Amino acid sequence: MAIEIKVPRLAESISEAVLVEWLKPDGGRVGVDEPVATLETDKAAVEIAAADSGILRHARRPGETVHVGDVIARVEAAPAGEPEAPAARGGDNGGPAERAGEPLPAGRPQVADAERVLSPAVRRLVDEHGLDPARIAATGKGGRLLKEDVLLHLERAGRPEATSGAAAVAPGPASEAAEAPAPPAPAARPPSPATPTDEDERVVPMSRIRLRIAERLVRAQHTAAILTTFNEIDMSAVLELRARFRESFEQRHGVRLGFMSFFTRACVLGLEEIPELNAEIRGTDIVYRRHVHLGVAVGAERGLVVPVVRHADGLGFAEIEREIARLAAKAHAGTLTLDELSGGTFTLSNGGVYGSLLSTPILNPPQSGILGMHKIEKRPIAVDDQVVIRPMMYVAVSYDHRIVDGEQAVTFLVRVKERLEDPERMLFEV
Amino acid sequence: MAEPRFDLVVIGSGPGGYVAALRAGQLGLATACVEKYPTLGGTCLNVGCIPSKALLDSSEHFAFARTQAAAHGIRAEVSLDLAAMMKRKDGVVRDLTRGVEGLFRKQKVTHVQGVARITAPGRVEVEGPEGRRALEAQRILVATGSKPVALPGIAFDGRRIVHSTDALSLPEVPRRLVVVGAGAIGLELGSVWRRLGSAVTVIEVMDRIVPGMDRASGDSLRRALEKQGLRFVFGASASAARVEGDQVHVTVSAGETTREEVCDVLLVAVGRRPYTDGLGARELGIAMDERGRLEVNEKFETSVPGVFAIGDVIRGPMLAHKAEEEGIAAVETMAGLPGHVHYEAIPNVVYTWPEFASVGLSEEEARAQGREIAIGSFPFIANGRARAMGEREGQVRILADAKTDRILGAHIVGPRASDLIAELALAIEFGASAEDVARAVHAHPTLPEAVKEAALAVAGRALHI
Ligand SMILES: Cc1cc2nc3c(=O)[nH]c(=O)nc-3n(C[C@H](O)[C@H](O)[C@H](O)COP(=O)(O)OP(=O)(O)OC[C@H]3O[C@@H](n4cnc5c(N)ncnc54)[C@H](O)[C@@H]3O)c2cc1C
Repeated sequence: MAIEIKVPRLAESISEAVLVEWLKPDGGRVGVDEPVATLETDKAAVEIAAADSGILRHARRPGETVHVGDVIARVEAAPAGEPEAPAARGGDNGGPAERAGEPLPAGRPQVADAERVLSPAVRRLVDEHGLDPARIAATGKGGRLLKEDVLLHLERAGRPEATSGAAAVAPGPASEAAEAPAPPAPAARPPSPATPTDEDERVVPMSRIRLRIAERLVRAQHTAAILTTFNEIDMSAVLELRARFRESFEQRHGVRLGFMSFFTRACVLGLEEIPELNAEIRGTDIVYRRHVHLGVAVGAERGLVVPVVRHADGLGFAEIEREIARLAAKAHAGTLTLDELSGGTFTLSNGGVYGSLLSTPILNPPQSGILGMHKIEKRPIAVDDQVVIRPMMYVAVSYDHRIVDGEQAVTFLVRVKERLEDPERMLFEV
Repeated sequence: MAEPRFDLVVIGSGPGGYVAALRAGQLGLATACVEKYPTLGGTCLNVGCIPSKALLDSSEHFAFARTQAAAHGIRAEVSLDLAAMMKRKDGVVRDLTRGVEGLFRKQKVTHVQGVARITAPGRVEVEGPEGRRALEAQRILVATGSKPVALPGIAFDGRRIVHSTDALSLPEVPRRLVVVGAGAIGLELGSVWRRLGSAVTVIEVMDRIVPGMDRASGDSLRRALEKQGLRFVFGASASAARVEGDQVHVTVSAGETTREEVCDVLLVAVGRRPYTDGLGARELGIAMDERGRLEVNEKFETSVPGVFAIGDVIRGPMLAHKAEEEGIAAVETMAGLPGHVHYEAIPNVVYTWPEFASVGLSEEEARAQGREIAIGSFPFIANGRARAMGEREGQVRILADAKTDRILGAHIVGPRASDLIAELALAIEFGASAEDVARAVHAHPTLPEAVKEAALAVAGRALHI
């Protein structure tokens, strides 16, 4: 029996989306909760997961507009006796590169195998030129590699094939093609250092999500007047508080006490003071928000996603930590809903988890502000004319200068700094 | 009384309509198929593809027995029993049309007999042997096919001046047959009667047979047919015809000059027109093009929402398998599945002997598109299996892009070309290169080896010539 995969209710006021890409091929095996497709609205991209394991049958094509409730695919029970699909997800675009690494049950040929079955001419070409077929962009039916794909790849690498199909074999007596017997193609010659070769480059088509991220970021650069202001925070007090309450907090609330709750609270209070950073430009109006819906950038396998902690201004430390943990888990599982991805009014981005010391965050349009956290590093600083070693963090706020003045952005960041260096201020909201 | 309500009502049970109905049944749609004739299967099964192939096969056996069996060391007195040949043909048609009834039962398709008329979107009225009834339909699929066209000034009489349907059941072998139109139908029926003994003259207004198909291949087929005794008159048409006694006097005009041909039967096979008589399409305001074909969008929906159309009644080649694929795609699209027809990979076959089968671009089309092409050709005379069969006519021609080696078209004149073309249609469907085909292992000794050699020849590497 087949289970239908339908377009879920995506968000308030959103009834249609575009089926951007299939993450699993038609006829491919899927596991429970494994993402199978990416849908995109004008707000965000969401992944749709399979509710059951089995064989995926696509019902719609990429590029099509789908509505809430539409069946986009069916999952049929896998033939008995065959092992379940490996639940591990491929990376970026689930292309052959990743899939090739997945263990395939022995015996019966698998659909996933199809991508790796090369046509005879392609097989000859990759052997002759020592290419990795997984690294060549495929345009054929069902993601297959065509001879022309390999030829184009070779041409781009500056090593074009001499003639169509002539290979390294001398042409025999020809019938119609006899007029111009082409010279035999040179055998794969050593890569010339001047031109990029297959060893130097790896050409992979951008995934839809990557393209979309690129598009958004470029749009942000073009429309907003982005400026960034920096500061640094002495994290001693936060670290000390955290160490002191870590265990009791976790026991009581069932979630770890991290830095995010401190930063969230500090931002919420800062935004109350500088509402422009929580506002957006709509046409010729400035729209101020009564609440803070805080986007929290999370790096998931498929790229950065920014789920939103809704009404962050009304949440306490434990609620914030719990919500962030929930969203992060869903981000990693790829099961965020559109509602959870849209409607942010300000963003918190933690580059520190990757070890960044300092960076300029980029706005998420139409938002007007984003705060970038970085790694905490012990540095010598001057306190009361004494050199002391303190756990320091650089912070940066990027803002849309069209509605936020430099002074406001600097003030906001100073307020955040003050509250984190002296967390009791948050208690009394001063 | 409440009218029966269907998810889909298909009008016409030709290969387009009946296949669409079967697919709809398979997908769980409550489906009815209305056909005005008592038998299912449309033009193709009743008076087209199937009976013509039955006669082509029978007449080919007859010709073989008469002219080639001796070379195989077989001696026999051969004579024709036309009535038995016709009976066998009718039997094949009967079995297959009944087969469609069985398939309808299997997929729970309701078969309604009568002439259907769309009175409003979602409403079909059927005038049948049991009177009039109305069907409610969520969607309507028009698959009413086509009918032969007549030449101006030459009316069909069903006996001496005939169209293809009559030419499939002539009561006796005409001594002289004149065929107007050297397309697939004219050549096939001309071949049938030539083999059975008629003196056949084919009149064609263009300068070659099967205009539109690859010219070099067409020329090679013409030479083969001429050897069999078919006579061709090019650049000419029939402008008038009158029956005198048992004979037809045909006025053949070529430019300024006119000439008279006398024959026993005149077969007019100059084409077919989309058939929408009595359907109510015009009254409903369904948009049609200047040739009377229903206009459809990529989902096969006409200008009237909920009314779809496929097959001979819309644009594109009038072929049974094209109608079938469209029927499937239309129904799948209705069911929310991704239906699609790949028009670049539709094979086209003329079932003469040798057969002529094509897929993809002809050499002229490829050149007109400004493409640089490499052509590989291999003659059957150099193919071991063809020689064993006693076949020497024809060749395989493969056109590939000179740069990418992708196969753009293939044209086969030769024994079983109709079967051989499938490999190349699949190749085009998958974007294969000539080298791909050349490197696939082909059994020896077989006719498909000629395909492999032609693919090798694209790169100048044919081995057996
Ligand atoms: C002699 C001959 C040989 C051919 N050989 C081949 C071949 O070898 N290969 C090939 O691919 N093609 C061949 N064709 C072409 C092929 O027959 C057509 O392309 C094909 O039949 C088209 O299918 P269709 O479903 O669109 O329409 P049709 O097969 O024409 O079917 C339409 C049906 O609709 C019915 N109908 C029409 N109006 C109404 C109405 N208002 N109410 C109820 N029923 C209605 C008709 O009675 C008919 O049964 C041949 C044609 C002819 C004439």
